[in-house]
Amino acid sequence: MNGVVRYRLQHVTRYAYAAEVMISQHLLHLVPRPAPYQRCLDHSIEVTPAGHRVDGTDAFGNPIVRLEIDVPHTSLTVTSRMEVDVHARPRLPASESLPWERVADGFRYRAVPPGRDLLDAGRFRYESPHVHIKREYAEFAADCFAPGRPLLAAAEALMHKIHAEFRYEPGTTTIGTSVAEVLQERRGVCQDFAHVMIACLRSRGLAARYVSGYVRGVSSSDEGDSAPVGAGASHAWVSVWVPPFGWVDLDPTNDKPAGLDHVAIAWGRDFADVSPLRGTILGGGHHTLEVEVTVERIAIADARPGADR
Amino acid sequence: MPTPSLPPSVPLALGDYRRDAGRHDELLDDEGRVRSHWQGLFTSLGNPRGGAIARRAIDATRRLIAENGVTYNVYADPQGTDRPWTLDPLPLLLAAGEWPTIEAGLAQRARLLDALLADLYGPQRLIAEGIVPAEIPFGHPNFLWACHGLRPASGRWLTIYAADLARGPDGGWWILSDRTQAPSGAGYALENREIVEQVLPGPLGTLGVRRIGGAFGRLRDELLRTADDDDAPLAVVLTPGPYNETYFEHAYLARRLGLALAEGSDLTVRNDTLYLKTLRGLRRVHTLLRRLDDDYCDPLELRGDSALGIPGLLGAVRAGRVRITNELGSGVLESAAWLGFLPPIAERLLGERLILPSVATWWCGERPALEYVLAHLDELVIKPAYPNQRFEPIFGAMLSTAGRAELSARLRAFPHTYVAQEYVSLSQAPVWGQGAPHALAAKAVSIRIQTHASGDGFEVVPGGLARIAPSTAANIVSTQRGGGSKDLWVLRDAPAAPAFVPAAVAPRLPRAQDDIPSRLVENLYWFGRYGARAEDKTRLLRSAVGAQGYPRLWTTAVAQCRITGLLADGDDVAQALADDQNPFGLPSDVRRLVWCAGQIRERLSAGCWAAVAAMQRLLQGSHADDEEIASGLDELALSLTALAGFALDDMTQDSGWRLLRIGRSVERLQITAMRLALHLREASIMQPAQVEWTLGTFDSLRMYRQRYVTAPRLAPMLDLLVRDADHPRSIGFLHRRLEADLARIGAEVEQSVDDRLEAPPPCPPDEDLLALEQAGAAGSERRELLASSLDELAAAAARLSDRIAARHFAHIALDARAILS
Repeated sequence: MNGVVRYRLQHVTRYAYAAEVMISQHLLHLVPRPAPYQRCLDHSIEVTPAGHRVDGTDAFGNPIVRLEIDVPHTSLTVTSRMEVDVHARPRLPASESLPWERVADGFRYRAVPPGRDLLDAGRFRYESPHVHIKREYAEFAADCFAPGRPLLAAAEALMHKIHAEFRYEPGTTTIGTSVAEVLQERRGVCQDFAHVMIACLRSRGLAARYVSGYVRGVSSSDEGDSAPVGAGASHAWVSVWVPPFGWVDLDPTNDKPAGLDHVAIAWGRDFADVSPLRGTILGGGHHTLEVEVTVERIAIADARPGADR
Repeated sequence: MPTPSLPPSVPLALGDYRRDAGRHDELLDDEGRVRSHWQGLFTSLGNPRGGAIARRAIDATRRLIAENGVTYNVYADPQGTDRPWTLDPLPLLLAAGEWPTIEAGLAQRARLLDALLADLYGPQRLIAEGIVPAEIPFGHPNFLWACHGLRPASGRWLTIYAADLARGPDGGWWILSDRTQAPSGAGYALENREIVEQVLPGPLGTLGVRRIGGAFGRLRDELLRTADDDDAPLAVVLTPGPYNETYFEHAYLARRLGLALAEGSDLTVRNDTLYLKTLRGLRRVHTLLRRLDDDYCDPLELRGDSALGIPGLLGAVRAGRVRITNELGSGVLESAAWLGFLPPIAERLLGERLILPSVATWWCGERPALEYVLAHLDELVIKPAYPNQRFEPIFGAMLSTAGRAELSARLRAFPHTYVAQEYVSLSQAPVWGQGAPHALAAKAVSIRIQTHASGDGFEVVPGGLARIAPSTAANIVSTQRGGGSKDLWVLRDAPAAPAFVPAAVAPRLPRAQDDIPSRLVENLYWFGRYGARAEDKTRLLRSAVGAQGYPRLWTTAVAQCRITGLLADGDDVAQALADDQNPFGLPSDVRRLVWCAGQIRERLSAGCWAAVAAMQRLLQGSHADDEEIASGLDELALSLTALAGFALDDMTQDSGWRLLRIGRSVERLQITAMRLALHLREASIMQPAQVEWTLGTFDSLRMYRQRYVTAPRLAPMLDLLVRDADHPRSIGFLHRRLEADLARIGAEVEQSVDDRLEAPPPCPPDEDLLALEQAGAAGSERRELLASSLDELAAAAARLSDRIAARHFAHIALDARAILS
């Protein structure tokens, strides 16, 4: 198995407005976040028309770009380009993870210092703008969460269940579609599946976060299965906090753990925290949006396997 | 219980007022005697005519509230009774000796909550140390992660803090809840005090009641205090708008604090700086007193679906360029879940013990607490831990066995989302009853007191809002919704005239905050135009009613009604008053006028609203015959004149006022020129009866008779209506005033604008005017000449109006906003 894959990515977002936009402000989550399993070699963002740009870090540690454009414009193009090395992640023995109830109970307040891991994970256990906590979600996942089942096994079962029971149908949902509706209709896109899975996990008292990124259109895994779904656009999957391993990324859209095909950009409580490009405009009238993502595997000329952690 | 015996000095009838053994009584002590701090009030009200005093106070209160209510009602709906409060003029008294504890306790609590916010949005040490459960802040919808790491420009998270307090059966005060994001109630407290000052002036003066106005003056100073070296700091009250249920309070508070009232669309962020869009262009805003929930304040970084906020506001906060009262994210402390944790938090953050206790509260996220709650459901009331859980408090004692089991399952499933509190038997206070006006009834009370940042600490307002439960029996905190209010009087030690205390010297002269939002100015302008339009149409229609039965006059009247839009078709004048389908008809104009009035309500006095209400009543009424129509129109004319008079006389004469007057001048110029042109083209205009009728439609007959000895004739009428520089209805007068106002506006908004009418008004010499009276072709040719120059004038007035709109209200067009995601 190849231990590292190098990608060249391009993510173009084009807005066309029917009327002039007088002023617009945007928040961009387009810069890849450093992680143990990935390294960004090069990154650039090109904005037309040019605006006032400030780079920073958001509350969850993701790189964020704030943009204000105060010249009248009728279109906006944001092109993000990057080269990223993705390293293989170890296969985790699911049976060695803690029983899920023990993990959930471990979060309970005991009037003692919770420790760094629980503090970090504890931010991702509650309701967030798109994800509510409800008994319906806990019940939907009931057959995956047998008493005493190791958490990773349960979470993988939940991933299989969502993949098996939901249809991937782009265009049937929007960002306004609620998780409850997705659960009802059993269809949607990667973002919806991630939200459903997060809702199920949190409704059982567990910590889960939303990962925004890209997935390669042709599988590079050595398992030789079909091409991943969700290429050509931003992708999203779920990260579950699984002691003793830590955060484990699972992709319910493709029914497999995130690995060499996945490039992570940012994570947060749900889509609202890490939307790739969010903004408000003054004027503009109706608008149309085009998004184009190309993920290209390139050769590693000076590959230094194992150079990164 | 036996009827309490009163000392002879206190003859005010207690009536059926009774103590209740289970609760503290504010008025009576354990022996049933009137407590000493109430005796002064009882003596001053208690004379043989005590009943009359009560009746008068209650009536006057009702009237004053209704007047204020009309002032702030959406669309000034005359039936509108949606005021959230009623006021019982009998105050709630707080003995001088009790105040120091409450004052110190609330100031301490404000410091504590401020420090708690700084930790939650900063290092989060309390969570790391296990003092605060992560669930309480992180599970709260108003914990705004986007605000994590922010450092408020003022160094404070809280500027205004309010607490609800109640007295337990042992007589001690308990804090029921904390209000930390946009505490409401101060406007009502101020209004209540203002009303009670009017209805019970005697006792308020003689009893040594502490004043509350000074604290609000100092709040204004605090809001205008800014680290930036700016000569003219600007503070603005942000309201969700007139449809908000507490809009009254926003407008009232803005007025009392002397701050501009703005909606989200009146404000804009450019380059991390907040600006108010005003007539003079963009004005930097240093402080925002928000009455909008924090997650709605910035659609860019917070709730994307908010149309009420200001995109980029958080960026301005992050850059330290604007102070928000209270800072975004402070709503996280509005949860009963905090109450049980405040003592250790105070220990940790301040090294102090809490002076005032909170009502006993268990947060179910802690296992021992959950077990306790499940075992004692009968004694507890279960409430949501977070404000987005929509359920009413559940009283354990009232549950069936099945309900109890169901609740227990819910508590076990998501324990961190529930809190339990013990029942609190509120104290009771006397209320002037509804029946015999002076009979006292006992009602449960709680009080809301506000605290303002001041110097390094907090100043507690010595007074506030007492809230009364709707029924005598209500004894639980959460059922007091829908009750009334009272003014809370904090008494001084020695009832003496308060010593004069010179105000602290302000670092700079407080500057008049005359920066009014351009949206408001636009509405003032249209208020001026529609007011003049409705007035002129009403007079015309009234004259038209009088012209019925005089065929020649009638033809003229119908033509005039048509050209002004009063009649869409036909000649039914009764219809003109009732037809609200005609977009150019009188009812439509009045409707638009009332709408504009609603938009500028903060600028209008109570007198205006009485006039508006009268107008609406008139239009809603039916008019059976010509006589009723005529008198209805007379009344309408009176109301419209009164409205214009109040608006022009009672308003600060700033740029907004000037644009209102410009609106009136432009409207009147246009309509007078247009109508006179039509008259001049009618052959019958030479008839004295026709001239007389025309003068009447312009409300100028009286003036004509004073000025000219002759019977009504065309030339003198035109002299009066076109040339006269002193008659307020004449084109010459209107033109001169318009030019002057336009020049002033140009100077006021600091723009080198030389705006004027493109077509000057005609000013024919005497011989030309007399020549208009010639018979035959020569005369009609001359009349046509004057008519066409009047047409040009009307067209020029319309173009001027468009230019004014484009120049001064241009910001409005940019308000269409969209959210992308």
